[in-house]
Amino acid sequence: MPGLKDVMESVKESQVWKSVARNPLPSNARTRALAVLNNVFLHLHPVRAPQSGIRLKYTWCMGGLTFFVFLVEVITGILLMFYYRPTVEFAYADIIDLREQAPLGLMRELHRWGAHTMVITVWLHMMRVFMTGAYKPPREFNWVVGVVLLLLTLLLSFTGYLLPWDQLAMWAVTVGTNMARATPFVGYEGPGAALLKLGDINLVHSADDVRFALLAGRFVGEATLLRFYVLHCVAIPFVATILMAVHFWRIRKDGGISGPM
Amino acid sequence: MIKIIINWLALPYMYVSIAIVLFFLTIRSRKLWTGKAGGLLLLGSILFLAYSLTDEHFRGLVTRPDNVPIVMLLFAVGFFVWFALKQAHENDERVMQGKPLDEVAWKDKVFVWPNLVYTELICMVVATIVLVVWSIYIPAPLEQPANPSSSPNPSKAPWYFLGLQEMLVYFDPWIAGVLLPGFIILGLMATPYIDKNPKGNGYYTFKERKFAITIYLFGFSIMWVLLIINGTFLRGPNWNFFGPYEPWDIHKLVPLNNVNLSEFIYVKFLGTGLPKHWFFREIFGIALVVGYFAVGHWYLAKKLLKRFHDLMGPVRFHLMAFLLLVMVATIAKMYLRWTMNLKYIIGISEFFFNI
Ligand code: HEM
Repeated sequence: MPGLKDVMESVKESQVWKSVARNPLPSNARTRALAVLNNVFLHLHPVRAPQSGIRLKYTWCMGGLTFFVFLVEVITGILLMFYYRPTVEFAYADIIDLREQAPLGLMRELHRWGAHTMVITVWLHMMRVFMTGAYKPPREFNWVVGVVLLLLTLLLSFTGYLLPWDQLAMWAVTVGTNMARATPFVGYEGPGAALLKLGDINLVHSADDVRFALLAGRFVGEATLLRFYVLHCVAIPFVATILMAVHFWRIRKDGGISGPM
Repeated sequence: MIKIIINWLALPYMYVSIAIVLFFLTIRSRKLWTGKAGGLLLLGSILFLAYSLTDEHFRGLVTRPDNVPIVMLLFAVGFFVWFALKQAHENDERVMQGKPLDEVAWKDKVFVWPNLVYTELICMVVATIVLVVWSIYIPAPLEQPANPSSSPNPSKAPWYFLGLQEMLVYFDPWIAGVLLPGFIILGLMATPYIDKNPKGNGYYTFKERKFAITIYLFGFSIMWVLLIINGTFLRGPNWNFFGPYEPWDIHKLVPLNNVNLSEFIYVKFLGTGLPKHWFFREIFGIALVVGYFAVGHWYLAKKLLKRFHDLMGPVRFHLMAFLLLVMVATIAKMYLRWTMNLKYIIGISEFFFNI
């Protein structure tokens, strides 16, 4: 009888295994390097890095966790999209269905608590970067990219808030967007808006100011729901993904994880 | 009895003052609490939370599903501030003793597989477990269907914007909702270009970056996190203020007679009544605001932070000074409201221009 070891051996010798894994299991310097270099995901990393930057103590793995939770959001979000229709007629009922009918009814929970978590981890990541002075040259620009990512994270969460179409959603978004109408010059209640007129005609009014652009209307309604849905599921994730790619690329190009000179 | 005292201590000007004093005390005495005292502090705060959970109103608030992450945020921020300052303090001690930084002692390169890849894997597994357990035990809330004609009281923005919503109490929306967040983002983006201190790049330290770290932690923990806690737990119906153990009574009446600076001066002090033209009416307020920034910039550049001014050059310095002055002015306005019911320093409602 062949033992487990022999079975493992023959699996590792098979054409299928070799075609997938390409390298032998990492066991020495050469194979460890290959494991990182030959894998599209792992090659975000360098092959070797200073231990000071790798230790959990230094980075708290906070950036990594933020990215991981983002992936959780993408996966659970895609699953939610199978069930959810962004219309006033269906949105709320679809959310109830998600709870009562959909198999593996945890997706909404995972997505919601994941969103809260991502906001927290991104703040903590930023604090870590600040406390280690990792925004100093040559990493200034990556910090700026990070600030935009922070903003996008908050906007993702904010646009998602509206989608369940319950009281909490509608009024939180109403409160949040009310401020926009006071934007100087481009909000109709903002300072300076009254100065922008042609003869007697006000150029900035409640039906064309920034708040109107955000809500696609003067109130939170059906058009807002669609607008927030597209922003939440497509537009912002699209931009955020690109910026994350830039962020990770720049970490490598700026000399890898920071450390004392 | 304890609850009454705590409810009283939780009045805005009390607890914000306490928090500010505590903040500077912790920064000063980091040596003490980065050691064992930190653990005691953590234990104390957990006990305090446990004790508070015996209060029905408090329990109801804290265990609201959407509020759970905010409690987690509070503990996480506390822990990580402690953790970062502890490492900073240890490094500072090492430098004083002439030993190399901890990061330098560990600067040897190692293979990313397995050293980093495994750590990441473990982090991912732990995060997954936490999220799944959390999701099993706490269902995502769903309220009544959206109804444009009945607004809940209080209507709150999502929790991460509550600091800004709190600002709405003291400022008009164009400042609270547009200018202040704009300054925060601008300030964050400008940070690496403002901070010319070459030290402390890539390792934990406090001594070499006292100013930068103090400002950052102050902004984050007091101006952002504390105000989120305030907005979540202490602001009730009509955005009125409630102590942590005080039930939210919709009918709580808070006398609202906030007074503009112009009324203070012309009506109460000079007794002449308000001038007709807005410019003369608001001249004192305008002088105060312009004067504050002018004197502030001058004083910071020439006296208090002269050292930085010479190091950074005027553009960087005045950008930083401006942001700093805005932060201080924001707190000042909050205190003026709490203590003197001051409404607007400049109130030109003719142009929606109120500060
Ligand atoms: C969606 C949000 C973000 C993701 C997924 C992300 C991800 C990461 C990851 C994985 C790293 C590697 C080191 C680590 O884990 O700490 C990193 C480093 C870095 N991040 Fe982020 N980040 C995000 C937001 C931010 C923000 C908000 C900032 C700052 C404002 C920032 C600034 C930086 C900088 C400067 C580095 C280099 C640090 C060093 O070399 O020590 N990132 N980021």
